[in-house]
Amino acid sequence: MEKGTTILDINNLDISFRTNAGSIHAIRGVNLKLRKGETVAIVGESGSGKSVTMKAATGLLDGNATVNSGEILYTYEDEQGNMVTTDLLKLSKKDMRRNFNGRHIAMVFQDPMTSLDPTMPISKQIMEGMLMHTDMNKEQAHARAIELLNLVGITDAEKRMKNYPHQLSGGMRQRVVIAIALASNPDLLICDEPTTALDVTIQAKILELIKDIQAKLGLSVIYITHDLGVVAKVADYVNVMYAGRIIETGLINEIFYDPRHPYTWGLLSAMPDLETDDARLYSIPGSPPNLLHEPKGDAFAPRNSYALVIDEKVAPPFFKISDTHYAATWLLHPDAPKTEMPAELKARLERSRKEAGYHG
Amino acid sequence: MDKREPLLVVDKLVQHFPVSRNYTVKAVNGVSFNIYPGETYGLVGESGSGKTTIGRSIIRLYDPTSGTITFDGDVISGGMDNNTRNKLRRDMQMIFQDPMASLNPRKKVESIIGEGLDIHHRFSSEAERNEMISAMLKKVGLSSEHAARYPHQFSGGQRQRVGIARALIMNPKLIIADECISALDVSIQAQVVNLMKDIQEDTGCAYLFIAHDLSMVKYISDRIGVLHLGYMVETGTTEEIFNNPIHPYTKSLLSAIPQPNPVLEKQRTSITYDYKSSGIDYASGTEHLVDGSHMVLATDDEFAAWTK
Repeated sequence: MEKGTTILDINNLDISFRTNAGSIHAIRGVNLKLRKGETVAIVGESGSGKSVTMKAATGLLDGNATVNSGEILYTYEDEQGNMVTTDLLKLSKKDMRRNFNGRHIAMVFQDPMTSLDPTMPISKQIMEGMLMHTDMNKEQAHARAIELLNLVGITDAEKRMKNYPHQLSGGMRQRVVIAIALASNPDLLICDEPTTALDVTIQAKILELIKDIQAKLGLSVIYITHDLGVVAKVADYVNVMYAGRIIETGLINEIFYDPRHPYTWGLLSAMPDLETDDARLYSIPGSPPNLLHEPKGDAFAPRNSYALVIDEKVAPPFFKISDTHYAATWLLHPDAPKTEMPAELKARLERSRKEAGYHG
Repeated sequence: MDKREPLLVVDKLVQHFPVSRNYTVKAVNGVSFNIYPGETYGLVGESGSGKTTIGRSIIRLYDPTSGTITFDGDVISGGMDNNTRNKLRRDMQMIFQDPMASLNPRKKVESIIGEGLDIHHRFSSEAERNEMISAMLKKVGLSSEHAARYPHQFSGGQRQRVGIARALIMNPKLIIADECISALDVSIQAQVVNLMKDIQEDTGCAYLFIAHDLSMVKYISDRIGVLHLGYMVETGTTEEIFNNPIHPYTKSLLSAIPQPNPVLEKQRTSITYDYKSSGIDYASGTEHLVDGSHMVLATDDEFAAWTK
């Protein structure tokens, strides 16, 4: 497969959950594209639907979820070398597990202690997928497992194979999880908050490792995270999600140096960088909406100090800023009043643009 | 040096946990620092470095193995008389990491916040108690109707506000904030940090801010202590630590902070620091003064090499 072909194409995905309290409309029309070899980040707060979107793509949705509409098109190369495109939402659970999970789409979860089996040595856990998905025998799988452990930077791989998860440190465990994900040569790696449970020093190492492996194996990677620092380090494209919708999407530099949506402004300014010395941090007032009640108009309007009257009535469509950069806010409508981002953020973006030598 | 009288003096605090006859977890090994009234002292370090243990030893959830802790002129590290104990329980409060786990789910917010008042008899009538509770709720940005609710009826950010209200109602001089924002969303973190700063301006309380998020620690703290494996490897004012880190561990920690600046961030690689292979022995190091209040734990040779 060539670099640049679209491998994952999510169109108009819409998902709701049945609960005792009523139906929760968690995903409200998500579009996302991922090309071979690229890294896409999905950023948002808890409850924004970023994990649910990816769970839909891996067939891991909970039993009370209903997919109301949309398709998730996945393109891969089959054994004969033909390009095949399937809608992952139409596959049966069995088909998904047998042919896609692990083999084509692998996932790295947040907490390595809960995603590893405490009763199995790591060798068995790494080999499990290979024995399942390929026709390798045990010896071959064992050799490949050692190779993988070396790849993810575990020294003394031979000896470590017999270890149980509790004998490893947090960073080592996450390395093992990555090795398991890579075991059956996937094309797409989904990392769901891969470093949230880890320390900063180890976080940096794990991110550098994933980047390295991605370059070596030509993987496509999707990051789900709320940490904009992580995004800045790894991503090519960024999608900002809020209340089940993508509200701004663009190249990483466009989002970080020229954000247009007030929510993105809020996210960027809420995270102090090392030069921040303002007396107060800019914070987004209020808390995310409860999707039990369908928000009328723009879901962000109640927390948005820039909200216009129309925001309370009609949800904004995507406005085009450049070929790659879109934002869903009425502020970009030609008739909207001229607005400026908060002064602190403006000064900060100015500074980081200068430091980076970026002229957008 | 600072001429003010320190509020809290921690001197060579050691906290060991004997697990079995031949194995002891040495969580904290001789850590010393001061906190002055009205300032924020940030403790940073990776998990297992002992930062939470120090907080819990100071508020006497643990009995320190050795070392002395002096709080507001009284020694609180050994046995305390009733007066001192009451004072400690009143003037030092703690905000915990997980607001769901630290609030009793079966109590209403009113009882959670009012519990300290009840124990220390800080009110003369029921009406005064209710008045104090609703004033406190307003101060942390909740309304007085919230008093009749249970913790599960709040969002994460609101729950942490309840935790802050519970700590504040005793008018403490020192608040130990143990990772109090790590469990919250980014946008909510900023709200809580702003609230903590406002309260400090209002009441003049001091914070011991324990966290692993360095950019937030830098933002909120006046002085910082860097912990590693139970040793305080470096301490000083925020500027001293961030502008002139001396210890290799501090350097690696600072190099690992992700920055929201993609062009720079993509070029940067973090500095690796491995204690075992670094040849540094914390136990043989002594405190060396760099300048001002900036201290580094090192042997003489190491200090000379690092400051070259």
